[in-house]
Amino acid sequence: MHCPKCRGVMRTYTRNGVHIEQCDNCRGIFLDYGELEALSRMEATHHAPPPPPSAPAWGAPAVHHHHHQGHHRPHHGGGVFHMLFST
Amino acid sequence: MPTSATERTGHTDPMDIARLAALGRDAGGTGEPDVLYDRHGVLVVRVGAVVVKLHQADREAGPALARRLDAARALPGIALAPLGPPHRLDGRAVTVWPYAEPVRPEAPPWTEAGRLLAALHRSPVPPDAPPWGRPGRVARVVGRLAPGTETDVIRRAFAALPAWIRDGTAPPDDGKVLIHGDWHLGQMVRAETGWLLIDVEDLGVGDPAWDLARPAALYAAGVLGTDAWTAFLDGYGPSPHTDLWAALDEPARALAIQIAATCVQSAREEDRDLDDAETAMVDACARIIRA
Repeated sequence: MHCPKCRGVMRTYTRNGVHIEQCDNCRGIFLDYGELEALSRMEATHHAPPPPPSAPAWGAPAVHHHHHQGHHRPHHGGGVFHMLFST
Repeated sequence: MPTSATERTGHTDPMDIARLAALGRDAGGTGEPDVLYDRHGVLVVRVGAVVVKLHQADREAGPALARRLDAARALPGIALAPLGPPHRLDGRAVTVWPYAEPVRPEAPPWTEAGRLLAALHRSPVPPDAPPWGRPGRVARVVGRLAPGTETDVIRRAFAALPAWIRDGTAPPDDGKVLIHGDWHLGQMVRAETGWLLIDVEDLGVGDPAWDLARPAALYAAGVLGTDAWTAFLDGYGPSPHTDLWAALDEPARALAIQIAATCVQSAREEDRDLDDAETAMVDACARIIRA
């Protein structure tokens, strides 16, 4: 395939399942139908927060539902202090 | 060991403090002795740049303990090296250490903690390294509980643990790496070179999941925040297990039960109700019974 702009040779690259044609001469990029949308989706996923860490079957409901960050922020007093700092 | 000035019961014989201070001065410590920790049958006295620890009466002393100290000495940058071999005081083990700063409770170094444990787990295993201290604590604390509603829940959760954990015997497959064996935030100190592990009485060959089990149990119970747990896991790095909780589940259950039992016992001794976090640990035991 030749570049529609400068008639240079187009080379095909595959990145994360998306095919991209790039011109060896002018570096122009040609996207097939739907590939721009695929790239946009990938970008959105890339910027999305990482999934919450998993928890065991006996985990607290708040840990499983994971309402929002810091929902069960530890208050480092009394019981919690001893749980974290002593045997 | 050294956690805060509040870790005192005041039942200790002043003679013990004086004798530990004398050992500290022999190792180069100067100034007045300062009691860093006096609880659960453990006494820790600081004399200037030296810290002397009197171990619990029922803990191992002699060659077995000496081998664990040797293993710590062979872990520069990971574990604090002792100042000389262990001593004995009325049959109890006494160990001597350089002083280093404990973790500040308001700024727990979770990522560094994960990194330090990962470094330990990657360390070469000395040929004569003993097996780790075994999970005998959970059986001991549950065994001491008086009858009651919460203690009933804890005992039933304990009964559901695998036999080898309940008996504190060798597990079917104990792993092949060096583990701390009793890790929590009080087991780290900051030396000039960085964070180091202390309290190596359980250090030995075992399953590394046991070193992650306490924060795992607290996270699962909803006591430890997601931020802290994620920072700890990030510091630890990629786990060799595809399903992390498959590896952590049993040790984390055992620790959740052990922590719940310790909380209930402390509340009884202090004649007070359980706080929210302590109640969350008992609730976790109730879910362990059903899971």
